[in-house]
Order: sequence, then C-alpha cells, then structure tokens
Amino acid sequence: MIAAPFFRWDWVFDHLGLIWEKVSEHLVLTGIALGVGFVISMALALIGLRFPRTYPPITWLTGVLYTIPSLALFAFLVPITGFTVLSAEIGLVSYTLLILIRNIVAGIQGVDPAVREAALGMGYGSRRLFLEIELPLALPVILAGVRIAAVTTIGLVTITALIGQGGVGFFILQGLNRFFNTEIVLGTALSVILAVAVDLVLVLVERLLTPWTAKRTAAS
Amino acid sequence: MIRLENVTKVFPGGSGPAVHQLSLDVAEGEIVVLVGPSGCGKTTTLKMINRLVEPTSGRITVAGEDIMAIPAHELRRRVGYVIQQIGLFPHRTIAENIATVPRLLGWERTRIDDRVGELIRLVDLEPGMRNRYPRELSGGQRQRAGVARALAADPPVMLMDEPFGAVDPIVRGRLQDELLDLQRRVHKTIVFVTHDIDEAIKLGDRVAILNIGGIVEQYAPPAVILRDPANAFVKAFLGSHRGIKRLSLIPVGEVPLEDGPMVDRSATARDARACMDRYGVDWFGILDGKELVGWAWASDLDGDSLAHIDPKPFEARVSLDASLREALDTIITSRTRVAPVFDGGRFVGTITAEGISRELAK
Ligand SMILES: Nc1ncnc2c1ncn2[C@@H]1O[C@H](COP(=O)(O)OP(=O)(O)O)[C@@H](O)[C@H]1O
Ligand SMILES: [Mg+2]
Repeated sequence: MIAAPFFRWDWVFDHLGLIWEKVSEHLVLTGIALGVGFVISMALALIGLRFPRTYPPITWLTGVLYTIPSLALFAFLVPITGFTVLSAEIGLVSYTLLILIRNIVAGIQGVDPAVREAALGMGYGSRRLFLEIELPLALPVILAGVRIAAVTTIGLVTITALIGQGGVGFFILQGLNRFFNTEIVLGTALSVILAVAVDLVLVLVERLLTPWTAKRTAAS
Repeated sequence: MIRLENVTKVFPGGSGPAVHQLSLDVAEGEIVVLVGPSGCGKTTTLKMINRLVEPTSGRITVAGEDIMAIPAHELRRRVGYVIQQIGLFPHRTIAENIATVPRLLGWERTRIDDRVGELIRLVDLEPGMRNRYPRELSGGQRQRAGVARALAADPPVMLMDEPFGAVDPIVRGRLQDELLDLQRRVHKTIVFVTHDIDEAIKLGDRVAILNIGGIVEQYAPPAVILRDPANAFVKAFLGSHRGIKRLSLIPVGEVPLEDGPMVDRSATARDARACMDRYGVDWFGILDGKELVGWAWASDLDGDSLAHIDPKPFEARVSLDASLREALDTIITSRTRVAPVFDGGRFVGTITAEGISRELAK
C-alpha cells in the first residue's frame, strides 16, 4: 500500500475553476475593505487634522478596534449581520482604519512647512493647498500605510471563512475539517502569494504616482 | 508703493510686541533692506505685508490700497514672495513650480509656457532645468528657481526673506550681483530681509536697521548710515571696519582726482625728475597730449629727452564708476602706489591711498 502523498497536484488541477473563483472572491473582499477603509480613514484623518483635539480619541477608538481578536469580532457580528459579506467587511474595514488614519495624518503633517508657507504666500487657498500640494506630497507615506493595510487584510480575509466568506481561506477551513493537507497548504500558499503580489502592484503604483521621488541618473 | 503706519504685532503668549509702532515707506522701484539681529521682527514685518501675519494694529497700504481691503489670496498673487528655505514644490518640475501663480491666476497654457521660458532665461537657469525636479538642482539653482517663481506673474512688489541665507558665501555673492542686475531690468519694489549687514549695504537703496521689538533705529541710504550712524545701537550693529564698508559705496568719481607724477612726452628729463620729487616716487607716467601712454622708472632716464623711453603699460587701471574699495585694492596691489582713472578710454586723473583716506575722513 502506498501512503497518500502530502500534496496532491492532481487535486489542484481538478479544481482550477473553484480556485479561481475563491481567488477572485478574496481580491474582491480585500478591495472593498481597503476602499471603504480608505474613505472612512480619510474623513477621520481630515477631522483629526482640522480639529487636533479630536485626533487622540480617534486613534484611541480605532486602536481598540485593532486590538479585538478577529475571531471574537466575527463571532460577535454574526448574530447581528449574519453569515454575510457585510459581517466580513465590517470586521475587515475596522482593522484597516488605525494604520490608514495614522499614515494619512503623518503624511500630511510631514509636509515641509516651508512648502506650505510658500504655497500660502503665493495665494493658495486651503482646499487647493490640500489637494494639489499636501496630498501629493503625503502620498509616499499614505501608500506605505495602504500596503501594510492590504497585506494585513489579505491575511485576515482567510479568517472570514468561518462566517461563510473567506476567499482562499475556504480551502484552509475545508482542509482542516477533512484532514486533507493539500487544501490547507494550497489555501495558505495562495494567501501568501496574493499578499506578495498585491504588495508588488502597490509598489509599482507608488512609483507611477510619485515620479519626483525617483533617483534619476541624468547628468546634473 | 508700500507704506506701513504705526504697525504693531503682538503674538498671543509673546512677551511684549514682536513689532511695535513701526512706520516705513518704500518708494516704487527701490530695494529696501530690513536688517537687524535675530528675533527683531523682520520676518513678522515682511509677513504682515502679504497678510501671512495679520497686524494687531496699524495700517499697511500697497500701491495706495489698504491690504485689509484686498482678499488675502488676491493680495498674495500680486506680491512676489521668496523665503530662505525657498519652498519649491518637490513634486513639481521647475517649469511647473515657476508656473504656480500664473496657473492660480488662470492664464492660458501657451502664455504660461512662454513666460516660463522667459523667466528661466532671466534668472540664468539652463533651459535643460525646465523638466527637472527641485531635488535634482543645486542650492544656487534652486534659489534662482525660487526667484523666477516669485517673478512669474510680474508682481510690482517682491518680498524676500533671507533668500540667500542658505547658500555658501561664493554663490551668495553671485546671487546678490544677479539680483542687482535683475533689478536694473525689472524695476520691482523690493523689501529684502537679512541679518547680514554687508548684504544690506550691498543691496539696499535704503536700509532700515531694526532693534528687538521691531523698532526702527535708523532708516537711510547705506552710505548715510555708515557715515552718520544714528546711535550707539546702529554703530555697534555696523561693527568694526565701517570705513572699509563705506569704501564699497563711494564711487571714484566723487573723489577729487590728482594729476599724479605725469609728464608729457615732449618734457625733459629734468622736468620728469622734478615731478617725481614732488610726489616722492621713483617712477613717472608719460602723456601724449591727453592720452596716457604708460610709465617708466626714474632709472630708465638716460640723456636729456624722453624720446628713447619705451613706456610700460599701466596694468592697474580704475574706472571712474568703480568703487573706492576697488580703487584701493588696485592701488595696494600695484607697484606704482597710485591708480590712473579712466572714464571709458579717456585718462581723467589719478587716485591715491591718501586721497581715499582724506575722503573717508570728511
Ligand atoms: N507665530 C509666532 N507666534 C509667536 N511668536 C512669534 C511668532 N512668530 C514670531 N514670533 C516672535 O516674534 C519675534 C520676532 O520674530 P521674527 O519676526 O521671526 O524675527 P526675525 O525674522 O527678525 O528673526 C520673536 O521673538 C519670535 O519669537
Ligand atoms: Mg526671520
């Protein structure tokens, strides 16, 4: 009798359709979480920048959200919003807030005061100053936050398999239930690969959006 | 063009006013330099003119208009502003930086492009800089770009806060010369802030010396301040070498010139010796009519006429519009101890160290 191999490629090739479906689901869950999280974070960051006294409570609250164990959070949400995408997203979004808000605020605060003063001195209004000067200059720091949030979220999405979502987490959960190594390894590997790939894409996006930070080797 | 009337600024929490009852008039087309020790309120005064700081009391007018009656952003687009840290936008190319105010004013694209090209030439940046980012430029180039940006919409008034403070002394000297040269072409009304008295003397048509609390100790052309410091504070601030500093401000043409030990080609050796004795030198200059053809040593004299002498050309020459400082430098480094003065190509007389010192003692 031959022992079953640890990893069965044939199973993988038989389920390519399902794998693709779960990968897409994973990306969609991540994308929605990041998009919604970014919008909420930007709003809260703007409030915090405009009214500095609100900033400590904002970071405190989002910090508390961040520390709640994800399992507990989803377990808590199920009685309220059920085994739905909404439950998954509420959890995922709340984990992005702290990182995104902190990076948006740090990015804006890190803009050289001389640049701000020069802009005001030339007649920029506060709205244009923010959109045309502060935001672009904060972009590298903001995108660094987005990268961390993206990688964290991709990992967390697998947990939402417990509430019927989960993207590639589906394989991990099912593999555990059936003592089937191939699925556990596949789910884990896919999650890691997705995280690395998304991070790389974001690095490229940053390069494209911030050409002025590139080192040019042109003769000076 | 700019008038400050009894302007006072008290910062909340500050001990005493940063600027107290300051009055100042800046005429159209002149460079006024505010100079004084650190913390005396120079920056505050400057920022009140473009409303980056609002005065606590008093009145400021620009071109006759009360600045509080003009919306701040409109006022600032009409007043060029250059700061020490320059504050170029790192994410915009040099061309885009220079185009800032024209863009805010909604100029058409082609007009902006033309203007940017013009300014890049005006401030002597290489055309290749156009599409560089600020971090790819040297300190001096960035400073020029900052000046170009402030000049972009051709504002009649320029405010400059220690614009050359962060560059090394050699580049600073060149940028100062360029600013003076630029000013001859563009005729702006400039308020320039510095803590460097030499820079103030060099650049200012008039200089306001400020004391802590924004108090004007003296407001006058630099030559007057150096000759007649209003009080002990001004004297101390001018420091030593007041005489040397004055030298830069007085043109050679203001000093009575002397004939010098010059004799005509047709004179005799005896005339030449008598002339050298009179000036106590061992050389003489040779004139051909009104033209100075050169000089010779006493030992070159041989026989009774000067005809056989081959005059050596004067290496040290001073132009009539040079400063006494340049003249003195020429005198000290020349073997002849005097410098012939020329108005264009015409010899007009000689200047000596004694003559310069007599002028300063006046
Ligand atoms: N925004 C501010 N808030 C409080 N105090 C200020 C502010 N700006 C300047 N001051 C104070 O006003 C005084 C004059 O400052 P400033 O005009 O910057 O001097 P200077 O440019 O001559 O060095 C200083 O005592 C400084 O501490
Ligand atoms: Mg200052």
